Amino acid sequence: MITIKNLVKKYENLTVLNHVNLEVYDNEIFGLLGPNGAGKTTLIHILATLIKPTSGTAIVNGYDITKKPSKVRSSIGIVFQAPSSDDMLTGYENLKLHSLLYGVSRETRERRISEVLELVGLTHRRNDQVKKYSGGMRRRLEIARGLIHKPKVIFLDEPTLGLDPSSREIMWKYIDRLAKDEKITLILTTHYMEEADFLCNRIGFIDKGKIIAVNSPSRLKESLGGEIIEIALRNQQGVGAIDGLENLLKQYNFVHKVELNEKKGNIVIYVEDASHDLPIIIKAIDNNSNNNNNVKSVDFRRPTLNDVFLKFTGRNIMIQQEDPAEGGFTERYAQYGNK
Amino acid sequence: MEINKNTVEIELGKLYAIWLREFKVFLREKSRLVASTFTPLLWLFVIGAGFGSTVGNPGIGVLVSGIDYQQFIFPGIICMSVIFSSVFFGSYIIWDRKFDFLKSVMVAPVSRTTIFIGKTFGGMTTSLIQAAILLAIGLAIGINYTPISIVAITVLILLLSFALTSLGLTLGSYMESLEGFQLIVSFVVFPLYFLSGALFPLNNLPSWLSYLTMIDPATYAVDAIRNMMLGLDGKNPFVVDIGVLALSVVVLGTIGMLSFRRMKAV
Repeated sequence: MITIKNLVKKYENLTVLNHVNLEVYDNEIFGLLGPNGAGKTTLIHILATLIKPTSGTAIVNGYDITKKPSKVRSSIGIVFQAPSSDDMLTGYENLKLHSLLYGVSRETRERRISEVLELVGLTHRRNDQVKKYSGGMRRRLEIARGLIHKPKVIFLDEPTLGLDPSSREIMWKYIDRLAKDEKITLILTTHYMEEADFLCNRIGFIDKGKIIAVNSPSRLKESLGGEIIEIALRNQQGVGAIDGLENLLKQYNFVHKVELNEKKGNIVIYVEDASHDLPIIIKAIDNNSNNNNNVKSVDFRRPTLNDVFLKFTGRNIMIQQEDPAEGGFTERYAQYGNK
Repeated sequence: MEINKNTVEIELGKLYAIWLREFKVFLREKSRLVASTFTPLLWLFVIGAGFGSTVGNPGIGVLVSGIDYQQFIFPGIICMSVIFSSVFFGSYIIWDRKFDFLKSVMVAPVSRTTIFIGKTFGGMTTSLIQAAILLAIGLAIGINYTPISIVAITVLILLLSFALTSLGLTLGSYMESLEGFQLIVSFVVFPLYFLSGALFPLNNLPSWLSYLTMIDPATYAVDAIRNMMLGLDGKNPFVVDIGVLALSVVVLGTIGMLSFRRMKAV
């Protein structure tokens, strides 16, 4: 559905996208996961023909984004990071506006508007002005708007940014459902790893303008192997003080990898099956240090996508929130004053 | 592209959609309508009556008997309303950009020219509605209309509004933040108003001022409306006024469309 070829975007000296190559298949939910500033939004904007790439190109639904931008626009839907519907208009009016802009034929217009409103669960609020909608409802209206012309692809840029946890879960439910009902290719950007994990068939990690790994969430996590054990020690001299601890643990064949974190004073051990392997490891640590009550606390878990990202980049996916603007002219003005 | 009935209908639908949105928002933002009607009334009744009492008739050379100062400035006040609402309407796209609405329109398969014209029609509609309210109030200060003068005044208002909405849209398309809005008020809106001869006759001006009034398109609208409404011989013949206004529509409209085409989407 989408083939990205060697895409580069530079702003003066800043390289936002650095030779991105990527393939997105038909009817999959593809997630671009990465920290803020990784280039996710820029990539979406380029694919939606809102900005031009510095070099390289992409084929969206069979059309080259640099040569046939108008064809690309007709075949895609896009939901921006901040809600962009007019809050003075009702939900219905916003959809009518966009159905006209996308040239939806008169015969199908009304039926399609009702369909997408139903799909995002806003039928009962169709005649309310958007300024009376909650944050989650606004986002859902944006999705309905993006679907109004039956696009082949829909881009969702941070669809749950700034939503509270319960609205986020409702949003996930709708996204999941639309992927099934509409037979559409869905590309979403997010920096919430649970979101990507829950929704996406495949994930592309993006960092500093580069795609660093592409695979299904489960494959990515499996690549780390088994489970992760974190052990904190009482030893005042730090984890390095235990001679040969790393080598000692590595001699067990169920241990895939050992990381000594001097700063936090803990040991991270990647193992096959934590519930079985943990007692052996604790015993080994105790036997090997002069104080046989050395283990302070133990934690174990399955690897998350954050662990995968950590493995590739050495950094966490940071979280940063921003509030979307709301209200009419006066509220807009007040909001603007705060920025 | 093949041109058929369907394509035309779709293109007109896009234009209609952009216009309709502007119109509905205008109707719903009541505070805007009230505020923009009240200011011209202040000018008409406070400045009109206040200055009228000192300037007096026939203190201003050109005034003929039977027309007081308030009536004399009435066409100017109509044009003031058009100047303010048109330029403000145009530069209002800064808000559209700020709140991403513009982005959502620009990502749709709609040409920039269509967006521009739809917006301009929106500006013309709002200006005309506000002017119509003022024209009705004109009856209270003794203005008489004929069917011909009504048609002529409407055409003049629409031409001026098209030109100045284009100007506002052009300025708005270059501005990133609302800080520039104040500059538009000081350096565009008030000069257009004061130089238009809305408040004084143009016959005996010092030459530097006279030249400045000549480059203001609103001057020609004030002159022509005064001619139609009060039967005063204007500074220019009616056809010249209409001609200059039409020219400013073409020039400012073209500049606006070109500015829209080069405007960044994000």
